[in-house]
Amino acid sequence: MDFPYIVEPRRDTGLYNAKLGIWLFLASEVMLFGALFSAYVLLRVGAEPGMWPHGWLNVYIGTANTIVLITSSITTVMAWVSCKLRQYGRFKFYHALTILLAMTFVCIKSYEYHDKFTHFEITLANGKFADGHLVERSKDFDLEKKTGSVTIHGYEVDHEVELMDMHRPEARHLQREEITIPATEIKMMERYGPWHHTYLAIYFTLTALHAFHVICGAVVISFLWGPGTKMWRTDPERFTNRIEVSGLFWHFVDLVWIFLFPVLYLL
Amino acid sequence: MSDHNVASHETHSVRGYIFVFIALLAGTVLTVWASFIQFPSAEINIAVALTIATVKAFLVVAYFMHLISERKMIYLVMGFTAFFFAALMGLTIWSLAPNSLIHI
Amino acid sequence: MEKTVHTFPPESGHETGHGHETHGAHEHHGPGFWGTYIFSPDHKVIGLQYGLSSLVFLLFGFFLMLLMRWQISKPGVPVPLLGPLLEKVLGSAAPHGALSPDLYNSFGAMHGTIMVFLAIVPLAFVAFSNFVLPLQIGAPDMAYPRVNMASYQAFVLGGVTMLTSFFIPGGAAQAGWTSYSPLASLVPTDGQVFWLIGMVFIITSGLLSAVNFIATVIQLRAPGMTWMRLPFFVWAQFVTSFLLLLAFPPLEAAAVMQLMDKLAHTSFFLPTGLAVGGAYAHVSGGGSPLLWQHLFWFLGHPEVYVLILPAMGIVCEIIAANTRKPIWGYKSLVYSVLAIGFLSFIVWAHHMYLTGMGTKVAWFFQATTMIISIPSVIILTCFFISLWGSSIRFNTPMLFSLAFLPMFGIGGLTGLPLGFNISDVHLHDTYYIIAHFHYVVAPGTIFALFAGIYYWFPKMTGRLMNEFWGRVHFWGSLIFMNVVFMPMFAQGMAGMLRRMADGGANYSAAVNHKAGADVIGGLSNNIMEMHTWILWGACVLGVAQIPFIINFFWSIKHGKKVDDNPWQATTLEWQAPSPPPHTNFAEAPHVYRGPYEYSVPGHDTDFTPQNEPPK
Repeated sequence: MDFPYIVEPRRDTGLYNAKLGIWLFLASEVMLFGALFSAYVLLRVGAEPGMWPHGWLNVYIGTANTIVLITSSITTVMAWVSCKLRQYGRFKFYHALTILLAMTFVCIKSYEYHDKFTHFEITLANGKFADGHLVERSKDFDLEKKTGSVTIHGYEVDHEVELMDMHRPEARHLQREEITIPATEIKMMERYGPWHHTYLAIYFTLTALHAFHVICGAVVISFLWGPGTKMWRTDPERFTNRIEVSGLFWHFVDLVWIFLFPVLYLL
Repeated sequence: MSDHNVASHETHSVRGYIFVFIALLAGTVLTVWASFIQFPSAEINIAVALTIATVKAFLVVAYFMHLISERKMIYLVMGFTAFFFAALMGLTIWSLAPNSLIHI
Repeated sequence: MEKTVHTFPPESGHETGHGHETHGAHEHHGPGFWGTYIFSPDHKVIGLQYGLSSLVFLLFGFFLMLLMRWQISKPGVPVPLLGPLLEKVLGSAAPHGALSPDLYNSFGAMHGTIMVFLAIVPLAFVAFSNFVLPLQIGAPDMAYPRVNMASYQAFVLGGVTMLTSFFIPGGAAQAGWTSYSPLASLVPTDGQVFWLIGMVFIITSGLLSAVNFIATVIQLRAPGMTWMRLPFFVWAQFVTSFLLLLAFPPLEAAAVMQLMDKLAHTSFFLPTGLAVGGAYAHVSGGGSPLLWQHLFWFLGHPEVYVLILPAMGIVCEIIAANTRKPIWGYKSLVYSVLAIGFLSFIVWAHHMYLTGMGTKVAWFFQATTMIISIPSVIILTCFFISLWGSSIRFNTPMLFSLAFLPMFGIGGLTGLPLGFNISDVHLHDTYYIIAHFHYVVAPGTIFALFAGIYYWFPKMTGRLMNEFWGRVHFWGSLIFMNVVFMPMFAQGMAGMLRRMADGGANYSAAVNHKAGADVIGGLSNNIMEMHTWILWGACVLGVAQIPFIINFFWSIKHGKKVDDNPWQATTLEWQAPSPPPHTNFAEAPHVYRGPYEYSVPGHDTDFTPQNEPPK
């Protein structure tokens, strides 16, 4: 018995099998990211007043990444249109762009992660706080043994709450400079990793999961761009359907970022 | 479907896609600009950002993902999904909001 | 119909989907052993793989329970026979062959996890759907055969991860199948990490299956198979698929967050000011333990409907075929199952009445919980009414299906006091809850699954299972399920709490009352003595499963041979050969009528198959 509706759509649903499948999968992905967004709302609403950070992420870099993904969305659509029009060369061109844009996104994200992992908050012995990016550690630096010193490019504040809202007017007066702190004055030193604050926890979790989806999508599109083009010769319509289905996944990845960007970077 | 029909149908669509692309870029610039404005309350900031995001999302889903030309079946699936997502978020927040907890 | 000899598993030498190839060109390659039994994309093979794997997990979970019941009855006493082995394998967790409290806790957590996620869901939902659903809708296979195969592989990975966790230092997860934070994050074992990773694999497997089944039902129904001609089994599995599709991901998100809490030391679920062992925990705080509970139960509640809906579907098919009457109220059944599916997403916080939620919120969830009981009752009522005035054939599948009705009835009705906030305050976390949900799943769902195995066995093998030993299995299971679980209602109402490793001995005041009067704050001797009944009931219940296991394997080769439709049933799977070949039907069947055309006046036979052309 022939397997129906692989290429031609079923009349009453208007869908071929794979398209329904990917939409169903995307529905489950909406619930996955939706649960994480719910977690974000809950954690933020439940935080102590004044202790939820603002301005810890670089808006311009985030905007650049947003533009990268939006552009990759249009190149994805154009790749599918090219397939529909049986313009193989154009399809290859557009999806090559998509893959490059995906890699650009991941590179920019990696840079942002690196920036966070080299950013420290230091609780000083006198109860104040120093905060900034690590410049260097002295060779004999050992926090346990209290030897050596650490140099950061940042500033000192009296209370931890001053490190939270970087959008408030007073924060704009904070001047960054190189500060060297001996280990004897350091009570605790912590990177801006996911353990540092629930905001960072949800930021890293959401963006890492999103980046994982970007990478998986890029792998699938790369496969279709490379070895997968064999099917173009034998069954071009079915190949076009594969490009459409992978494109739908890619658009979803862009969709998630459309919400991630304002929620994490702007609000 | 003859190639000729496909070509004319798709050329029309290509212009549409470019328009959506420009709208998305404009939306991005708009939302970043709006985030620097100090509105009277934080809630307005949130409402503005989420509204712009929703419009952008609608454009991607309707035009790039062709949802606007799909039939009932997909709308049913995504409609229920949207409802249950709203239920998850809404009911969870409602149950943990300060005025709905018992204070001993 | 032409009598051709078919082997099982069917030889699938190539993937489905390349519609234009002929069989002849590939005959001499053949898939070999690996392609036929292990890496087959054929839905019937995958159904069998899932079925056998989940039955093994069911047995393993049962053994965990037996060990726990021993500990509850005789705290600190070494387990007979297996004690030395336990000590050898698990070391100090099983001192002198008895269960330490931590080991008891890990057995409890893993019993629940394994039974729910590795036994019942894969058997009731995935195995039965895989084997029966494409046949019942007249499809050649599932919509995505290779995704189907991948889902089984993910399931195996999840199962292996869960089983491995028993053997790591610190042991398996110990914070209940519900894994509440902060306890789950703080228990000093990596078993919790294994649990979380195992859950991610299992959830992935479930999602792949759900997508597959929904797409199959929507796209691959045979010509003439309209929505309202679908067997109720298909409707039940269809709704179940949606429950898993939309409810599993939030748990996956929560599992990722709890993994972050454990591995990256985040504080998603750890509140500010958390103290461990007398000192403040070195975490950022700011998290919410209730967030875990909400995300867990958002799945947890639809999950219980995942456990019961396939069972209702199976029972419906068997009742129809063995009463020789159309099922009463087909439309009511369909609308009820759709209503259950929808409502099940908005009742979850009735598992959280004791978390300090305000009265308005509790009222909302209580109302939706009460409302959802209505379609469940409608479904059961339709089944009962279907029996009225019918010609019942009391074969083994029918016996199990009939027993399902009152057993599920007890389980469902005892859920009502739990749905009301005010009575749940007293019953929450007691043995009453354990009795309630086990009645629904154990003599409820599992009986339906046994019924389904006896019923569809001839479709898989062309032979019947032995009827006598089937009845022995039935009566032994029915009587001793009740011996095990009925006393737990009394124990729960007397105040016995869940998850106590010594069965409440420490909790209860030791009083020697022969009259059985209750001691305030304690558990009377009568209540405590029920533990012994339950233990021996469970042991005999285990013995009663032995005939089933032997019967199953023996009948594959030596069961009574029957034709393709031994039950004279109307649904499409019985119009295909036994066992069905690759792609099931030579060509797509055409459907002319509904699924339960039994004893229709004016017909020669008392059943009319769905694909029989009208005269």
